[in-house]
Amino acid sequence: MEQLREVGKPEKRVDAFDKVTGRAMFTDDLCPKPCLEARVLHATIGNGRVVSIDTSEARKVPGVVGVFTCFDTPDWAYPVAGHPWYADSKAAKRDLADRKLLDSRVRMYGDNIAAVVAEDTVACDRALRKIKVEYEEWPVVYDPVESLKGTEHPVQDIKPDNLVAHTCALTSPEKLAEHGYETVDDALNDPAYHHIAIHTETGEQSQVHIETCVSYCYMEGKKIVCVASTQIPHIMRRVIGQALGIPWGDVRVIKPYIGGGFGTKQDIHFEPLNAWLCQQVGGRCVRLELSREELFWDTSGRQPKSFDVEASYGDDMLLHARSIRGISNTGAYIHHGHALVLNSVNTFRWLYHTNEVASRSEAWTVLTNGPHTGAMRAYGVPEGVWTAECLMGDIAYDNGWDGLEFRLKNCIREGFVDEFTPGGAVAAHTCTLPECAAKGAEWIRWDQKKREYANETGPIRHGVGVAFFVYKTAVAPFALETATARVTLNQDGSVQLQMGATEIGQGADTVFTQMAAEAIGIDFADVHIVSFQDTDVTPYDAGAYASRQTYVSGTAVKKAGEELRAKILAFAQRLFPEAPAPLDLRDHMIFDATGAEVTTLANVALEAFYNTEENDALSAYATANIHTNTIATGCTFADVTVDMPLGQVTVNRIISVQDNGRLINPKLVEQQVHGGMGQSIGFALSEEVLVDPKTSRVLNDTLLDYKVPTFMDVPDLKADFVESDDPTGPYGNKAVGETPIISPAPAIRDAILDATGVKFYHMPMTPQRLVEGFKREGLI
Amino acid sequence: MYDIESLYEATSVADACRALAEDPQAMVIAGGTDVLVKVRSGKFAGAHLVSIHGLHDELDGVELAPDGTVEIGPITWFHHVTTSPVARERVLTLAEACDTPGGPQLRVSGTIGGNVCNAATSADTASTLVAYGALLDLQSVRGTRTVPITEWYTGPGRCVRERDEVLVKIRIPRENYEGFTGHYFKYGKRRALEIATMGCCCLVKLADDRRTIDDIRLAFGVAAPTPIRTRGAEDAVRGMDVAEAAEKVGELALAECHPRDSWRASKEFREQLIREMSRRSLLEAARKGGAEV
Repeated sequence: MEQLREVGKPEKRVDAFDKVTGRAMFTDDLCPKPCLEARVLHATIGNGRVVSIDTSEARKVPGVVGVFTCFDTPDWAYPVAGHPWYADSKAAKRDLADRKLLDSRVRMYGDNIAAVVAEDTVACDRALRKIKVEYEEWPVVYDPVESLKGTEHPVQDIKPDNLVAHTCALTSPEKLAEHGYETVDDALNDPAYHHIAIHTETGEQSQVHIETCVSYCYMEGKKIVCVASTQIPHIMRRVIGQALGIPWGDVRVIKPYIGGGFGTKQDIHFEPLNAWLCQQVGGRCVRLELSREELFWDTSGRQPKSFDVEASYGDDMLLHARSIRGISNTGAYIHHGHALVLNSVNTFRWLYHTNEVASRSEAWTVLTNGPHTGAMRAYGVPEGVWTAECLMGDIAYDNGWDGLEFRLKNCIREGFVDEFTPGGAVAAHTCTLPECAAKGAEWIRWDQKKREYANETGPIRHGVGVAFFVYKTAVAPFALETATARVTLNQDGSVQLQMGATEIGQGADTVFTQMAAEAIGIDFADVHIVSFQDTDVTPYDAGAYASRQTYVSGTAVKKAGEELRAKILAFAQRLFPEAPAPLDLRDHMIFDATGAEVTTLANVALEAFYNTEENDALSAYATANIHTNTIATGCTFADVTVDMPLGQVTVNRIISVQDNGRLINPKLVEQQVHGGMGQSIGFALSEEVLVDPKTSRVLNDTLLDYKVPTFMDVPDLKADFVESDDPTGPYGNKAVGETPIISPAPAIRDAILDATGVKFYHMPMTPQRLVEGFKREGLI
Repeated sequence: MYDIESLYEATSVADACRALAEDPQAMVIAGGTDVLVKVRSGKFAGAHLVSIHGLHDELDGVELAPDGTVEIGPITWFHHVTTSPVARERVLTLAEACDTPGGPQLRVSGTIGGNVCNAATSADTASTLVAYGALLDLQSVRGTRTVPITEWYTGPGRCVRERDEVLVKIRIPRENYEGFTGHYFKYGKRRALEIATMGCCCLVKLADDRRTIDDIRLAFGVAAPTPIRTRGAEDAVRGMDVAEAAEKVGELALAECHPRDSWRASKEFREQLIREMSRRSLLEAARKGGAEV
């Protein structure tokens, strides 16, 4: 790969100093306290409706400014998912409107039915305890299969059969006919091949970002200002406008530094309610911060899913056909809808489709009375890859094949184009997966460990395992991909960079800075990025999700940067018409075509601002509307110890090796991978939101009972890469942010299989599930 | 913000007793790691608190009485029990158990007395204090009394301490620790920041042959609604060879336990833990006493 000047350097984060010293300002730091506080009353039934609410006692609590119920708020619904809106010409692509600010229809335990505004949170809580609610209670359904049978009262009236969507992608009859089959099932059941069927399940993982969901709202003139911890400020402006029924331009959203989101903040949760409450109290500043408990069930976790999978394969280790049928439990609200499980089943297909003659990817998204769900890091992909890898692991184990060799024979290759995507946009333009696997196998000492651990007996055993992954980059061609960047030349030759794309802790600002410096021809230190988004000022961008920003918004940065560079050189040429063209900008100097120095960049900048004849404020504003996609790949290898009588898995060593295209900043990518690996280890072994099926109440809504792994549970994490130069990325880059959370969990599952011979299908593999499995197999 | 109606910072134990007697709603707060959690959740909203947090002279630290009794002040932080030379020399297993609650921050705010008075079956010091046969001294305006820890617990989160009584000392008599080595085995679903799914403490006194169990104490947390001591299992393995005792102790202990089925862990899973942890704790305790097993 061609060496670039700024892209590819392990630059220190642009916000490192401020974050480490505590100077960086987050939403709650900026809030002008004391201000009014708001808290929400949650329903104590799992299904039904509010008949009446008596707020008279609550209003008497000293410090209470107002008590508002579901009978006071506007009676229309609005969509909350962090997806782009569409003009009337494409209205069918819009998200469904399924939320009201407060709602008398209780669809899940804890649904929002009233709110208190008071001088402090103690007064809020005292008032909340004095609100009397009368309910009409209906039976709760949490099992999506049960829910599909129909309920007397549909969870959402717009989906009377509780089915959000059903999709099925099948190999075309023409392709099947080429192999002598009429249906996919014929290929699956062809007696010339081995057949296998498994059922997998994945639980609801919660994002557990450090900063809770918090906002404060106040009015300036007729305008509502909402300062919020969000991944999607521009979408938030639109949704607040829709929810309040006011022009979108009357809403101003400001996004300061963010303490993590992982997808939670790709939904709009309580900001519209807070904006409405602010209106009700005359525009005084109102703060609404969710408690840690509320985050677990009143913001959106990963959808729980189950999958039925079949495959046929030959003695030559080649997959012949596979089928996946996935059911996703979206809970009581649609939010991100069907896109999540679609990602699961599509990814299942892409990863090992190379030799298959037939494939079925079928999915249902179902409404229940469960806690509502939405985006979480890798958006359905970990569940699909978990399932794909359970299947691969089982086949290899049952046939005594080397799991690595088996995967390499069947995995995605460079040049793969998904036949089911319109226009073939989802493709592996580059793919170094085999090289990644070789690197990982060497580090984990695959062959040696396989031999070493082969014949262990006794209660404590060891194993090594592997899993591959694929991940598409951004959301084209399924949804709109657009981003805008603005660069402005300063008087000293440095540059302001303004993005609609958001820094949420992942390092976006730093890589945008590197890309801008690269495109303009200046240094990293010459670029001043504006980290806060303000929808009154900041160019439009959909926000941080889908690992899209470095790819999509990065393209806008490159475009704007190159345009500004051209403008600087053109302006320099006007100043120095006799200098031989074309001019060049490097090392803070303007050079002519012969390589001679013409002037300094700083001088050009000063002239641009203050030249009395030729004055021209130099800036560039560029939008990138992206229609391409590209697949990132990689793998994880894990070495584990399994203490069977205690159901304890110790991850001894673990490595992820990824092809993310060109790494814009290797240090930051490594940190992304570390974080994702830790989160995946949690998903593999301990993290799960537990729901009481009788009431739909979340049982473990604390950081004590929701088990995020600690430093004591996670070994040193090793990240490595085999770079490739993707032709569609602005600088050869592909998705990064979500990719690391996909393959560690199935690699651990594969290592447990290697250690014990026991096949686990239900993630997370908690100690209790492990003990049950070892007992079932007679090992303890 | 915490919904605390009043906070009185006592100047002495006698002052705390007086304040508790005067306000029938008042409750004791020391480290606050249990009380404040309940204030926040609303259970103790509007609390009237009498703080003994500052009574270091009377209630803080681990000391050795002339008769060899280990005396622990109830507001001693977990971490200060762990690092106390007296505790480490005399009741090492308790010092080690005090290193297991929560994380480092909790262990320099939570107190051993709070752990006892909160009376949770899962308390990390509970099974160890039961095994050591601790004596608990209470004081109120009505006088003082001593309760052996085996008579302390009355149910989940409940104990014999009256609302207006202050725990003023935790005592472990010499005969209860001398010659014993032990092991506290905390089982959690992760390795830190955890409340025990099961807790097991085994203290063993070996005969001179370093193989025969001369005496044993076996106690559990979370194996029943309160911390318990499995005396039947102790009696059965006393006099046995360590290896033989290890094989038998699990089933013997299980017969005296009543673990509950909950969403945190199934009864069957907890029973498996009781069996396995009894065995491993006994072996570890014996190894520390010089047994080669």
